[in-house]
Amino acid sequence: MDQEQAQTSHPILEMHGICKRFPGVVANDHVDLALYPGEVLALLGENGAGKSTLMNILVGLYRPDAGRIAVHGREVAINSPRDAAALGIGMVHQNFCLVEPMTVAENIVLGLSGLPFVPDMDQIARRIRELSAHYSLQVDPKAYIWQLSVGEQQRVEILKQIYRGAEILILDEPTAVLTPQEAQELAAILQRMTAEGKSAIFITHKMEEVMAYSQRVMVLRQGRLVAECATRETSPQELARLMVGREVLFHLKREERQPGEVVLSVRGLEARNEKGLPALRGIDFEIAEGEILGIAGVAGNGQRELAETITGLRRATRGEIRLRGRNVTNLSPLEFIQAGVSHIPEDRVEMGLVGNMAVAENLAMKGYRRSPLASRGVLQPKPMLDFARRMIDAFRIATPSPHTQVKFLSGGNLQKTILAREITACGGLLVAVHPTRGLDVGATEAVRRMLLAERAKGTAILLISEDLEELLAVADRIAVIFEGRIMGILPAAQAGIETLGLLMAGAAGPA
Amino acid sequence: MRITFEKRQSLSYQATILAPIASFALALLGGSLLLGLSGANPLATYAAMLDGAFGSWPNFTETLVKAIPLMLTGLAVSIAFRMQFWNIGAEGQLTLGGVAAAWIALFWAGIIPSTLLLPTVILAGIAAGALWAAVPALLKAYLRVDETLTTLMLNYVAILFSQYLFYGPWRDPKGYGFPGTAPFPDAAWLPRLAGRAHLGLVFAIIAAIALWFILKRTRWGFELRIIGENPTAARYLGINIARNIVLALLLSGALSGLAGACEVTGISHRLQQGLSIGYGFTAIIVAWMAQLNPLAVLVVAILMAGLLVGGDQVQIMMHLPAAVGVVLQGMILFPMLAGALFTEYRIKIVREPRRAPTTAPEVEL
Repeated sequence: MDQEQAQTSHPILEMHGICKRFPGVVANDHVDLALYPGEVLALLGENGAGKSTLMNILVGLYRPDAGRIAVHGREVAINSPRDAAALGIGMVHQNFCLVEPMTVAENIVLGLSGLPFVPDMDQIARRIRELSAHYSLQVDPKAYIWQLSVGEQQRVEILKQIYRGAEILILDEPTAVLTPQEAQELAAILQRMTAEGKSAIFITHKMEEVMAYSQRVMVLRQGRLVAECATRETSPQELARLMVGREVLFHLKREERQPGEVVLSVRGLEARNEKGLPALRGIDFEIAEGEILGIAGVAGNGQRELAETITGLRRATRGEIRLRGRNVTNLSPLEFIQAGVSHIPEDRVEMGLVGNMAVAENLAMKGYRRSPLASRGVLQPKPMLDFARRMIDAFRIATPSPHTQVKFLSGGNLQKTILAREITACGGLLVAVHPTRGLDVGATEAVRRMLLAERAKGTAILLISEDLEELLAVADRIAVIFEGRIMGILPAAQAGIETLGLLMAGAAGPA
Repeated sequence: MRITFEKRQSLSYQATILAPIASFALALLGGSLLLGLSGANPLATYAAMLDGAFGSWPNFTETLVKAIPLMLTGLAVSIAFRMQFWNIGAEGQLTLGGVAAAWIALFWAGIIPSTLLLPTVILAGIAAGALWAAVPALLKAYLRVDETLTTLMLNYVAILFSQYLFYGPWRDPKGYGFPGTAPFPDAAWLPRLAGRAHLGLVFAIIAAIALWFILKRTRWGFELRIIGENPTAARYLGINIARNIVLALLLSGALSGLAGACEVTGISHRLQQGLSIGYGFTAIIVAWMAQLNPLAVLVVAILMAGLLVGGDQVQIMMHLPAAVGVVLQGMILFPMLAGALFTEYRIKIVREPRRAPTTAPEVEL
């Protein structure tokens, strides 16, 4: 819908002067928002710009310090997601809130008030089928969540909100987990919904998505609304500038260099996932000194298992991992670390850091075994602090002090903390899993630069990423993984997004 | 208007300190209701308890006597809980420590030179406690057997085993039929410091300081803290979790075993009924109230011992059941656990302009 058209109808939702303060941070500073029936509004901003806070206020997870919210012109108080649902506001979170051992239908009605003691599941399933047919959201109501792909699970989440009568659908970075094809389907679903007068708010920090999905865009920066305009009147460059507050360099300088000796060689590697099913089915590749091998693929095709197996966290059931010729298959995580393998894990908070411990302590978690951080089994506070100060400086980690608990840092600074520790401890091979996922433009650029700097120093890097642009910009070669197999390895210079997309979907490619 | 909870952005340090104090106050308040119902004057009762526990030097030394095993088992429980290993088997580990100490004191006295007898007795108690804790630790670390069950059940094995010994094969033939072993030779008696308070107090203080240093300043303590906070991260960082669980539990069991050895060599001078009177369970309250801080354990243990001694006192003076002290101990735990809520959440009173409609609109297709 055009902006002019939109302005003539009444907004379905208005937020006025929303303020939300957290200790030390102003997350939302007098933000105004209006949403019109039948439109997709993109909410663009870097991490920490206040997008999620604003939406969490809207669905009743946070309460604003000041400001008013009106739905259909009537002022309302939203104190819980249940209140929000009653007003027709539903949110699809980044991390799905589904119960794996239960069916689609059960998940959709879970927590609904007014459900009879023994719900008529057949009738509920029928209703879900009607809705899913209507919106082309194909899912089997009787399927169990654990059987579904990530894209299908997202459809269940959307369906859940529609079933509950959502008129306003909030999507928090919905495409992060989808294939390009699935992302297109999502666009079609949104179109069908908005054609019926439903509205959507789309949280993202990707300019292409704003252009592809939305009619109107709001840009948040440091908690303030800095721009609001019709999507077709703006450009990705302008949006990027508004979002970051400066011109962004999209092209990284990547010097040509001849790869050296082979550092990591993987032959016929097989491993199983948590459910005991084959996750890796015979993986072969090599990475040389000063080379970045990118692994492209849709989430859940063995990336996590691959990273874990070549860092010693998961047992290989068959095959061989060699580091500079030495067979290291199924050694302990500590032996992998001692062999010079560093690992930037997918789960920053769950695996990479200890939230309740200080930044300085987290930075020391690889070096604490040796001098100067420890001497005869006793930690040395002064060298630890010096080391932390040097890392904070060199990697530009924004933290109030080295003693701050790491959980209070923003996503980008969490990642910089891990990078600082892992790069400093690295002895030849760096395994980086989604190192820029969820980071804002500024932090993404910083992380990519650090990876390239490591490459220049001769480190072999395995870069697992869902972001094809990133792989094309940073990697020397790109391997595509699909259902635990490498579908093809292409020099990045020759790989196109279309070819990669086909390989990611499982089409046979050049060996 | 209604009251809601909001997650704090950072842990409140005031709440961390206030929660145990407020819990104690709430327990006293709840206890006074109970005392009132049973016809006693709560204030007079508390005054009597306070006097009984801390009112005079002899009374205070008696409080210390009970505080020593609480300190040692409190430290034992704290180190295990730090690793999220729910060792509720301190009682059994203490008992077995007492049994092993008695075994050396009774049957090796003639073989071991008398100067070495006491150290050997104490070391035997330490070793037995450690080994008894090693069983659930190994089961947990390598076979993932739930430790709450194993540690709890092994308590009864240890307690019944000790009863078997002093009712049966180890019973003193000259004991006029009383259940208990013969008294230990003098060389196996732990020196006393004041009243009945014995050298165990020094052991407990040294242990607390050592534990504090281990956790705060050593590489091993650093690993233990990482495992306790985030086991996934610990594994990723190359820390051997299974080995560390076993090591921490050996230490935990050793401290409980030491407590048992001190009890038999310092107080009863024989193995008899009354060694297992719940110190290992009270230790759980001590550990929580001290928020697993080794130095705080010392203070809290004295407080808890004061409740026990004070309870005995009101039984003698006011003819109230001695269980008053135990009841108060129990009542402290509940607000303590609830208090954890306030360190992470703040209470907010919300005034609502208007209620949102509570009925969901029909879905229209």
